[in-house]
Amino acid sequence: MKISVIALLAAVLAVPSVSPAADITGVITFKGTPPAEKEITPLEDDATCGALHPDDKPTTHFYVVSPKGELADVIVSLNLTGKSTGASASSVVLDQKGCLYVPTIMAVQTGQKIIVKNSDPCIHNVHTVSQNDNATHNDAQMPGGADLTYTFDKPEDFLKFQCDVHPWMFAWVTVEDSPYFALSGKDGKFTIKNVPPGKYTITARHRKLGVQTLAVEVKDSDVTVNFPAFEVK
Amino acid sequence: MSANIKANRPLHWFAVLTAVATFLLLGLGGLVTSHEAGMSVPDWPTSYGYNMFALPIEFWKGGAFFEHTHRLLASAIGLLTTILAIWLWWKDSRRWMKWLGVAAFLGVVAQGVLGGLRVDLINAQLGIFHGILAQAFFVLVCAIALFTSRFWLELAARPKTFPIPRGLRSHVLFVTILVFLQLVLGATMRHQHAGLSISDFPLAHGKIWPDTSDAAVARYNAERFEVLSENPITAFQIILQMVHRIIALLIFLGVAAAAGLAVKRLGQKDSLTKLAFCWLALIIIQIGLGIETIWSNKAADIATAHVLVGALSLVTGVLWCLIAFGRNVATVCDRRPEERRSPGAAAISGNPALAGNK
Repeated sequence: MKISVIALLAAVLAVPSVSPAADITGVITFKGTPPAEKEITPLEDDATCGALHPDDKPTTHFYVVSPKGELADVIVSLNLTGKSTGASASSVVLDQKGCLYVPTIMAVQTGQKIIVKNSDPCIHNVHTVSQNDNATHNDAQMPGGADLTYTFDKPEDFLKFQCDVHPWMFAWVTVEDSPYFALSGKDGKFTIKNVPPGKYTITARHRKLGVQTLAVEVKDSDVTVNFPAFEVK
Repeated sequence: MSANIKANRPLHWFAVLTAVATFLLLGLGGLVTSHEAGMSVPDWPTSYGYNMFALPIEFWKGGAFFEHTHRLLASAIGLLTTILAIWLWWKDSRRWMKWLGVAAFLGVVAQGVLGGLRVDLINAQLGIFHGILAQAFFVLVCAIALFTSRFWLELAARPKTFPIPRGLRSHVLFVTILVFLQLVLGATMRHQHAGLSISDFPLAHGKIWPDTSDAAVARYNAERFEVLSENPITAFQIILQMVHRIIALLIFLGVAAAAGLAVKRLGQKDSLTKLAFCWLALIIIQIGLGIETIWSNKAADIATAHVLVGALSLVTGVLWCLIAFGRNVATVCDRRPEERRSPGAAAISGNPALAGNK
């Protein structure tokens, strides 16, 4: 009996204390009519790339807005630095498919691996353009060639990936210095998970529409944040 | 002057060939930037790891087609310039021409290295200097073609040669410098890789002078849809284009004034008057191409033609200045010593109708 009580006590003490954490959720919306997207005619004119789109006419995806006005591709993050767990986080994939980058907007942590694939039957060059002293790369990637891996050390909004062989190909990667960020989906929804209690500044960034900032306090239950609707002013 | 030097026709035509090939290279370089293809082949001097001259044809696609053919033609220009420099050193008796050949050789080497470093260092700013040096090199090769021509060598022997009034020379020199500055601005704008910072003309973002406040620039960026040059524009880039427009107007007025002055001071039949009118025609075409560049949303062929006519405009101004300089030197050399001491009396030798035009 004594032994089992001691064992139970030891087991309880062995469990690490878990701080309470909560999720921050919300829906990003767009007000008004988004500008019409442009057809990527150079892609259609390229013999190899055009053949990869026999049934569709690829367009830009600058404003992904649902019929209800929900806005995708908005990076929502807390103003935290030096909290990155990127080195141990699982890698994310950026594909080159149909002579387009998929996805076009993504977010990673500093030190987190980005695996770039080439799923196309043609050569691409992966050219990164940083505005914040992150390393710049330019590497050729043959069809069926090995994946390329990149990491970035400094936080940066919308670091650009481009292909100069097919100069309409772009992707933008936001680099955060903490794991507390999320990307709004096609329904405009975002969820930043497991946020420790505290007072934060939360920002929502759209590549074309700019930044919105709010204050948020997290206690021991989930919080919903309501950003004002984005619009072209 | 060089009246006692016999023209070397093969050398002259080789210099002309080098100049024409350089012009084509300028066009190909312009297409590389217009198609945003400058970094499509990430390595240099190799191409995708291959010897540049042995790159398999299946890689000559998309942006790489423009970049790779640009490299190949640049190599050919390097070879032509090397031959030209050796030929000048070997056959041209004028010491300064030998060194001009050396300058061309160093220029083409520097230009090649600059282009390579732009790729290897992934440095877009170097592209600006690459573009400017290309224009300067083109001018240099054209000048060599002029200096090796019979036309230049016989300037001193022409019976009706008379000096060009100083005011006119200074005016054309000033406008030529302005054209060069305009090309520097143009190269800076093109190597921002941000498309058009102002996409309307004759207004600019709907106004005579565009709003460059942070809010306005944010709105421009939200509204613009660039398929290729998808960099956000800045207030600096907008102002840069406005300065480009203003200088274009000043150049037009300056060249029109130069043509008018040439008619007045030199007469309608003078070769420099005719050249001034050719210059004016080029500037008018250039302005048209500039406007069309905006209206076509920077179509690659139009934007490249704008680069090429800009280069021709610069060369025309420089050649005009050189010929005017050559005529003056020729006239002064032809004068008797007492005439040289009294420039007013000899200034218009061979053309009494133009007495007093200084």
